[in-house]
Amino acid sequence: MTIRTAITVNGKDTSREVEARTLLVHYLREELGLTGTHVGCDTSNCGACTVLLDGEAVKSCTVFAAQIHDCNITTIEGAAQADGSFSPIQEGFRQEHGLQCGYCTPGMIMASTALLTENPNPTEEEIRHALEGNLCRCTGYEMIVNAVRWAAENPNFTSGGAK
Amino acid sequence: MIPAQFDYVEATSVADAIRLLAEHGDEAKLLAGGHSLIPLMKLRLVTPATLIDVTHIKELSYIKEDGNNIVIGALTRHRDIEESDLVKKHLPLVAHVAGEVGDPQVRNRGTIGGSLVHGDPAADLPAAALATGATMVIAGKNGERRISAQDFFVDFLETDVQPGEILIAIEFPKHTDAGWAYEKFVRRAMDYSIVGVALQLGAKPGVALVNMSNKPHLAVSASQAIGKGAAIADVLAVINDNTNPPEDLNATVEYRQHLARVLTQRAFATASK
Repeated sequence: MTIRTAITVNGKDTSREVEARTLLVHYLREELGLTGTHVGCDTSNCGACTVLLDGEAVKSCTVFAAQIHDCNITTIEGAAQADGSFSPIQEGFRQEHGLQCGYCTPGMIMASTALLTENPNPTEEEIRHALEGNLCRCTGYEMIVNAVRWAAENPNFTSGGAK
Repeated sequence: MIPAQFDYVEATSVADAIRLLAEHGDEAKLLAGGHSLIPLMKLRLVTPATLIDVTHIKELSYIKEDGNNIVIGALTRHRDIEESDLVKKHLPLVAHVAGEVGDPQVRNRGTIGGSLVHGDPAADLPAAALATGATMVIAGKNGERRISAQDFFVDFLETDVQPGEILIAIEFPKHTDAGWAYEKFVRRAMDYSIVGVALQLGAKPGVALVNMSNKPHLAVSASQAIGKGAAIADVLAVINDNTNPPEDLNATVEYRQHLARVLTQRAFATASK
């Protein structure tokens, strides 16, 4: 069975005829070509596929595209500011070297974005709690926590355009 | 991992869901937050012919006060329970346990009804429902019926919800100002419990164990002992009565029973603070 989607992704209306079993992460990557959202564990553990669904962090490997018609999705491709500058959280990961291999980074940035929207000045404990659904096998999390703190301390960051 | 093919239909009300369940029969499954069902479908352990999506039934997402009860709609998300002032005030154990489910992303999608009907002995919320003495409200073509949490859980991943029925609400008696604790023993932050203990003190005490049986487990003798004001040592002596814990890479039966005693003792220490 196929269904017709109607999902707003990074501000653009999208609509495709897809199989009912199409998971959101496959919709984003294969139908829309937005490959910044990664498939990690594929079992809703690792958080690499985290995107924002109406502003809240969700694991796109565990949501059917059919379930979310008329919803707004934000992926890592939609994380930057309107002028092309990195968002404060993206810049925080750059400044604090919050990544090594980078595989978990899109999910980390989207989960951190959801955190800072709700809680603009989180403590270290709150950051660790908010990121408990995102696994990183490189950094040991220290620099990721620092990156989120950097963003909290620099909420008005802008580079004045794309790098 | 791609689920097998299925037909997708959307229910817009409880009546609509019951009608669709009757129409599609045994091969249909209800889809709520999907955080138990979709992983099973991806592993092809479950291959429903039809998914009836109930996510959009707004009338089943609520938290309200009703006399001596707090009633929570079956489609209320873990996150909404965790953050509810009403639940925090009258059912602090339930609010806390909702915040212990999975991780923030899971709690943004998962629903209390979905977690309960999944009937996983390793899950958090069934233990909270048992310890607090909750009642399940189930709807079907013949109307509504109520069943205690204790009778609701039947076997491994099996509840009393019959074909054609849907869990619509959970009624919790208030436990305002009573001691409580939830002790969850895990290897990593967002893991399922190796063993967990949900303890509710006060006028209607209860203690339930996570991952200590083939189904969510109410420790009946221990709950009765607490009700009679028994010493903690006497509660610990019967905490493993009728348990049947699994044995796996994480823990043997003996180790799990040891953990149940230790975690119950810790729960008493936490609850009395």
